Amino acid sequence: MSEEPRITEARTPEAAHPTGLADGEWHRLHRATPLFRGGIALLAILGVIIANLRERLFEMFFPYVPGAEYEGDPIDFIVGEGLIGWTLLAVAVVIVLIVLGFWLSWRMHSFRVTDEVVEVRSGILFRTHRKARLDRVQGINIMRPLLPRLFGAAKLEVNQAGQDANVQLAYLAGGQADALRREILRLASGAQARSGGAGEVAGVASAEGVPGAGSPAARVGDLVEQRVHEFLAPELDDELATRESIVAMHPGRLLGSIVLSAGMIVLVLLGVGAAVVAILTGSIASMFFLVFPVIGVGTWMVQKFLRSLRYTIAGTPNGIRVGFGLLSTANETLPPGRIHAVHVGQSILWRGPGWFDIKINRAGSSSMKGAGGESNAVILPVGDLDDVLRVLALISPGLDPELLRAGILGTGAADDGFVCSPRRAAWFKLWAWRRNGVAVTDEAILLRRGRLYRELVIGMPARAQGVSMQQGPLLRLFSLADLQLHSVAGPISLQLGALDAIDTEALFERIAADAVAGAVRDRSHRWGAAPQGSGG
Amino acid sequence: MTEAADPVTGEWKRVSGKYVWVQLAGSLVGGVVLAAIAVVAHLVFGAGRWWAFPWIVAVVVIIWLLSTVLTPRRVRSIRYRLREDDLLFRRGIMFRRTVAVPYGRMQLIDINRGPLDRWLGLAELKFVTAAASTGVTIPGLVEADSEALRDELVALAETRRAGL
Repeated sequence: MSEEPRITEARTPEAAHPTGLADGEWHRLHRATPLFRGGIALLAILGVIIANLRERLFEMFFPYVPGAEYEGDPIDFIVGEGLIGWTLLAVAVVIVLIVLGFWLSWRMHSFRVTDEVVEVRSGILFRTHRKARLDRVQGINIMRPLLPRLFGAAKLEVNQAGQDANVQLAYLAGGQADALRREILRLASGAQARSGGAGEVAGVASAEGVPGAGSPAARVGDLVEQRVHEFLAPELDDELATRESIVAMHPGRLLGSIVLSAGMIVLVLLGVGAAVVAILTGSIASMFFLVFPVIGVGTWMVQKFLRSLRYTIAGTPNGIRVGFGLLSTANETLPPGRIHAVHVGQSILWRGPGWFDIKINRAGSSSMKGAGGESNAVILPVGDLDDVLRVLALISPGLDPELLRAGILGTGAADDGFVCSPRRAAWFKLWAWRRNGVAVTDEAILLRRGRLYRELVIGMPARAQGVSMQQGPLLRLFSLADLQLHSVAGPISLQLGALDAIDTEALFERIAADAVAGAVRDRSHRWGAAPQGSGG
Repeated sequence: MTEAADPVTGEWKRVSGKYVWVQLAGSLVGGVVLAAIAVVAHLVFGAGRWWAFPWIVAVVVIIWLLSTVLTPRRVRSIRYRLREDDLLFRRGIMFRRTVAVPYGRMQLIDINRGPLDRWLGLAELKFVTAAASTGVTIPGLVEADSEALRDELVALAETRRAGL
């Protein structure tokens, strides 16, 4: 099961390649891959067949069931015509073909990781060959759906910018997936020295050496123990630096954050509405319409709770690592310089307990789903101000915490570092005009907006795709203008409305210059290369 | 950066005056569609059956007339400027918009030519970045200019290349 999938057999792992998988040679995936991918469907088909033959099986053990007749039943037909032999042969042939197909697809599916690219070849009749450059990696996911996880397997996904541009290695042995990610990230980082892995080699090698020793019984025991250990191990197991998540997810807070969400409000409103209708009409028929919303919102809530319960986030030398999931787990490493915009949000419902969430814009799209099944943009499902500041420090270490605090909570004090909307902007931003403002530092542009739903949006000039200002006739009347920073597609909009027109022009020029300078200075996409300049 | 790739900075360039005709043709088509809708609506609401109907028609006609009359000015308001490190693009008289895009952010450049554009020898240049919202589309360029501009922008992007 956990045999090393490789085409070139018996290569002793070198110091530079702890798993031996990133050595530029072609390798195969985990042997049980077809089972994880297609096996579930096969089991389902088997289940359907058994369910359909249930009565017949029942009759085998309890011979007399009155009135049981199987008119036109295929089994009666087969027995009646004396075709049992042929049928068994046909079933055997189908099974052999399926197994052969699985084996072939495993055999034809191989990958290699060289210093510059990761390549995957797959397909039996229609061959696919995908090659992705390592310096364009936007993130690496390791996903463990429940069934493969039980068998100690994991799916590794290299995220690239672009639609459906990810490279998947499904499935690898669990420990190997973690080590391979580390190697790919090291190669992607442009690090010259390859000695960094020497320390881990011993650990990985000895862990893999254990199941091979001793009698078969002991071997099975060890294997089971290893599986259990892997299953229970925290998502942040053997990364080099920080082992601890910097944010602890309290179940109570998570539950509270889910209860105080928009979905719950809608549900409550629907409930009140239905109750009113029920009272007016004197019949409870209207209550039945609540069943579907309750099921829908309930499922969403349970999913979100289960996924976020073991949420972790930590800094590693190769970027930020975010983990989700209780039964099926997923965790992703975002290398430095891959985050294009950050959004800290707080709805009015979360004001009391002082909670916030954090979303990001990024170029790659990961197939790992976010907490509620939404796209994977949430990197902090819920946290207090300290959690938020810790996560922001991880994403953009150079930002002044006082400025961030003003951006998150501030209501437009005179000298908090933000250029705010003038009083006449109240015509457009009735509640928020005091708070509505921009702060520009060398490495970030902070947009502060919203009063009922407080938002702080942080854009990185080094990754800005452009900046624009707009002015319609109404805004011109009040000499106001809108400012927008352009970022890659994502859930975050970087627009700020109704600023003073003259301020906007100055900010526009400043940000346009910063965007150029930032892009020149930024070296974070090769974060491991010899340090130069102040980038990263 | 090479000398050839250095742009002449500081001057705003306008698009071809012939682009007015493309816009007027569009305006005409829009007018015909609006007239058709008005006729259908007249059969339904007209002849005093709904008091607001003539007013709505009047407002729509005035907006259409204004927009048509302002077409030449609107076309003159479309301008672009190659600065040292970024492309500046500006358009609009009522709804003004100014965009600055660093050359290094270019992903690709499209040149599109509709039937009217082809007839008048014009082309539209689209500067595509990784952000969908940038929206830098310079219409109404003389065909030769659009190709020269494309080559210049590609050369500039090459010397100032950045990641995503």
